[in-house]
Amino acid sequence: MCTVCGCGGHSVEDAFRAHLEKTGQAGAPLAAHPAPLQSVAIPALGGALHDHGHAHAGHDIHLGHGPAGTEVPGMSQQRLIEIETDILSKNDAFAARNRAAITARHAFATNLVSSPGSGKTTLLCRTIEMLGEVPLAVIEGDQQTTNDADRIRATGAAAIQVNTGKGCHLDGRMVEAALARLGLPEGAFLFIENVGNLVCPAAFDLGEDAKVAILSVTEGEDKPLKYPDMFAAAGLAILNKVDLAPYCDVDLDLYEANVKRVNPAIEVLRVSARTGEGMQAWLDWLRAGLARKGA
Amino acid sequence: MHEMSIAEGIRDVIEDAARANGFSRVTRVRLEIGRFAGVETEALDFAFDVVMRGSVAEGATLEVIELPGKALCYDCGAAVEIRHRLDPCPECGGGKLLVQGGEEMRIKDLEVL
Ligand SMILES: Nc1nc2c(ncn2[C@@H]2O[C@H](COP(=O)(O)OP(=O)(O)O)[C@@H](O)[C@H]2O)c(=O)[nH]1
Ligand SMILES: [Mg+2]
Ligand SMILES: [Zn+2]
Ligand SMILES: [Zn+2]
Ligand SMILES: [Zn+2]
Repeated sequence: MCTVCGCGGHSVEDAFRAHLEKTGQAGAPLAAHPAPLQSVAIPALGGALHDHGHAHAGHDIHLGHGPAGTEVPGMSQQRLIEIETDILSKNDAFAARNRAAITARHAFATNLVSSPGSGKTTLLCRTIEMLGEVPLAVIEGDQQTTNDADRIRATGAAAIQVNTGKGCHLDGRMVEAALARLGLPEGAFLFIENVGNLVCPAAFDLGEDAKVAILSVTEGEDKPLKYPDMFAAAGLAILNKVDLAPYCDVDLDLYEANVKRVNPAIEVLRVSARTGEGMQAWLDWLRAGLARKGA
Repeated sequence: MHEMSIAEGIRDVIEDAARANGFSRVTRVRLEIGRFAGVETEALDFAFDVVMRGSVAEGATLEVIELPGKALCYDCGAAVEIRHRLDPCPECGGGKLLVQGGEEMRIKDLEVL
């Protein structure tokens, strides 16, 4: 199990063990990710990371900035091809298509991201009840089970479950497939509950109008500082379970200050999905977002 | 950041490029990764080895060129480079910085046969 993002299985451990053996570190204890990664020195421009015995030619090739397909002098068949393409460009293309489809429907889409158990599904159920008779649709992402979609459907709303299996985030392609099955009514709220993971969903655009990061008060005030990428990518942070604040000795102002330190432009709302406290401000935020889509 | 997904993204782009440019083997892949992209280089190095197996880039060398974190200071207005998202402004010491670069994740070029 990956200690960074919580993704499980898929024999990564086996592959990592093989990697360690190849690099002569087989005796080292097995960690899902190699130890203190933040502090690893990254080689300067052009430095090779693999110094561990891949046999291949051309290590000393001149790295000229030639046009695409330029023959590199001195290397008989070796060519340098300029790519200059975003690594996640395929995902971004799906996301752009989704965004266009959502906008064509004058719908407002939120991508709800959090650690497992912060209260995304509970918040959604309460939100759907409080919104009443409005068009809306829900895409539920989890590695396994249809539990969350079942909970949403119990409110009477249309929901589809995407089980990612080993995948630790939803991607643009999954959302496109879900939208094709679900159908998006005109002027709807589209809620996408991402897989519980504060790490990689930050990088995978789904075509949403805004990412909403949910943090429960029991998780610790330093969470935003530990996972800054997610809070930097979000437009709104919801501090959930404020009903528990008196019992767990948390400083809500410090929570909020830490979120704003990572992202000065983010909005923060204090909510309890259980008692309903703060829910009105969240509904107002949603309705303002929908209004901006011109429904 | 999940490095397996990043490696899969790299493989997708390489396979498209192989079709477009007619090469059958990649010996080196150079990436440009921003400091704030959340990519762990060592983890990516490992994921790359695994994911490229059976592809045109099996056994290829991975090189990462790090791009600096760039920010604009709300307090003094300077455009600065920072090492961590939460670093203070190196010019005035202010704590309110708007990140403007460093989230890049690009494939720069390929050395192919
Ligand atoms: N006390 C309290 N518990 C909550 C609140 N919101 C959610 N929970 C509980 O937190 C647990 C996880 O909630 P769930 O919605 O499944 O989280 P998810 O994994 O983010 O979808 C459940 O036991 C909920 O009843 C809240 O505002 N206050
Ligand atoms: Mg849930
Ligand atoms: Zn992931
Ligand atoms: Zn992982
Ligand atoms: Zn400054």
